[in-house]
Amino acid sequence: MLRQASRLLARAPILAARARPFSTDLPAAQSADATFTEAWAKVIPNMDPPKTPLSFMQPRPPTPSSIPSKLTVNFVLPYSSELATKEVDMVIVPATTGQMGVLPGHVATIAELKPGVLSVHEGTEVTKYFVSSGFVFIHANSFADIIAVEAVPLDQLDANLVQKGLADFTSKLSSGTTDLEKAEAQIGIDVHSALNSALTG
Amino acid sequence: MAMAALRREGRRFAPLISPRPITAVRSSPIAPSHEDECPIGVRYISTQVVRNRMKSVKNIQKITKAMKMVAASKLRAVQTKAENSRGLWQPFTALLGDLPSVDVKKSVVVTISSDKGLCGGINSTSVKISKGIHKLNSGPEKETQYVILGEKAKAQLIRDSKKDIELIITELQKNPLNYTQVSVLADEILKNVEFDALRIVFNKFHSVVSFVPTVSTVLSPEIVEREAESGGKLGDLDNYEVEGGETKGEILQNLAEFQFSCVMFNAVLENACSEQGARMSAMDSSSRNAGDMLDRLTLTYNRTRQASITTELIEIISGASALEG
Repeated sequence: MLRQASRLLARAPILAARARPFSTDLPAAQSADATFTEAWAKVIPNMDPPKTPLSFMQPRPPTPSSIPSKLTVNFVLPYSSELATKEVDMVIVPATTGQMGVLPGHVATIAELKPGVLSVHEGTEVTKYFVSSGFVFIHANSFADIIAVEAVPLDQLDANLVQKGLADFTSKLSSGTTDLEKAEAQIGIDVHSALNSALTG
Repeated sequence: MAMAALRREGRRFAPLISPRPITAVRSSPIAPSHEDECPIGVRYISTQVVRNRMKSVKNIQKITKAMKMVAASKLRAVQTKAENSRGLWQPFTALLGDLPSVDVKKSVVVTISSDKGLCGGINSTSVKISKGIHKLNSGPEKETQYVILGEKAKAQLIRDSKKDIELIITELQKNPLNYTQVSVLADEILKNVEFDALRIVFNKFHSVVSFVPTVSTVLSPEIVEREAESGGKLGDLDNYEVEGGETKGEILQNLAEFQFSCVMFNAVLENACSEQGARMSAMDSSSRNAGDMLDRLTLTYNRTRQASITTELIEIISGASALEG
């Protein structure tokens, strides 16, 4: 009698955990690469071909004929997507060639970022982040993708630690012997002086 | 209830006044009786063997249930990270597209697998897909090499493709996965391996019961240039202005390396999620199996016990009637 009861309890929902797929992963574009699937089917007929990233991504809208009013920004970090398809008026990115302002209808560009301040302008509000480095892709359809390794809002930066870090790396540069040490110290100095100017400027 | 307690102890009842009718002796599935259990003169079938099996099966059930709980908690931890990292590779695919069927001379397959076992079939799936891609990209003047992450793929691929393996990396999940570690790893791979195209094979996590084998392709800057010039999917790339740097090639080089590290980070996290999910379902079916086995063994045990009681009774009664008559 007890045996039956335990068996019934065991059959209760075991995999009740996550049966629902992620909402961030909508398989909208099922357009897998046809040539790949065909080539696979010829060589390995017994197995299903593996999926490719295209089938997991939403397709981007084509370039509109007139300049749209808003810029759509995706700001991603390894640990989170800070902004996902957010419509804004303008972003200012710290490209290696200097601060670059991006408005809707900007020409398609690929730019590398240096440590600096990224500001997002939406109406009257401005959100500022300090980004470590990364890339920005501006597409012709007024989509901007900003990929950075680290980004922190400016109010989370501690000025004292910035000064200390700057002093540390300056001393390391002067005391460094190998090229590698000197290069690392130089990178440290660049980042910390950018942090400094971000806090003061 | 007292009878149940005594049953569990496995002892015979001395004065058995059972309300149940004495059934005929049924042959026990456990044939040999243990010598040490038999007092002299009395034959009875031993329940010791069955009891030992029941104990070990119950222990296995407990262990697999515990492993399932551990896998569930680890899954919760990695799942949020994997979900957050999903935005990371999408800009690259939006810019450079996805060309798994690109024709290159040297492709390198990066197979991501787990270090620990008992996680169902995901590692075998990854290895099969890697071998499939190897076959797909083999031909005159073309070669494919492997870079292996994880012990399980290493064990499988080392058997028949030993000469094609460039790099083996294990113990990836010793510390919690983070981007710094993965970018150092990506750096190692990029430094030591020449490639025209990198194909990263991993299991993408859809849900606790569904893992999709996926291959992500990262092209080297030279191939990107070649494809952009020849038109087709990457033809729009030339329309993009390239800011900064000395030459366009330098920026594209940085871009390819950054893309590789981002795609690797996402792939490693997704594979870790899939591993924990697969382990959860494997351990769950294992505990269910153990439960079924335990039920069957309990039935066998009861039959054996009843048969031995019956045998004893018959001997006693026939002995008594022999004395009388």
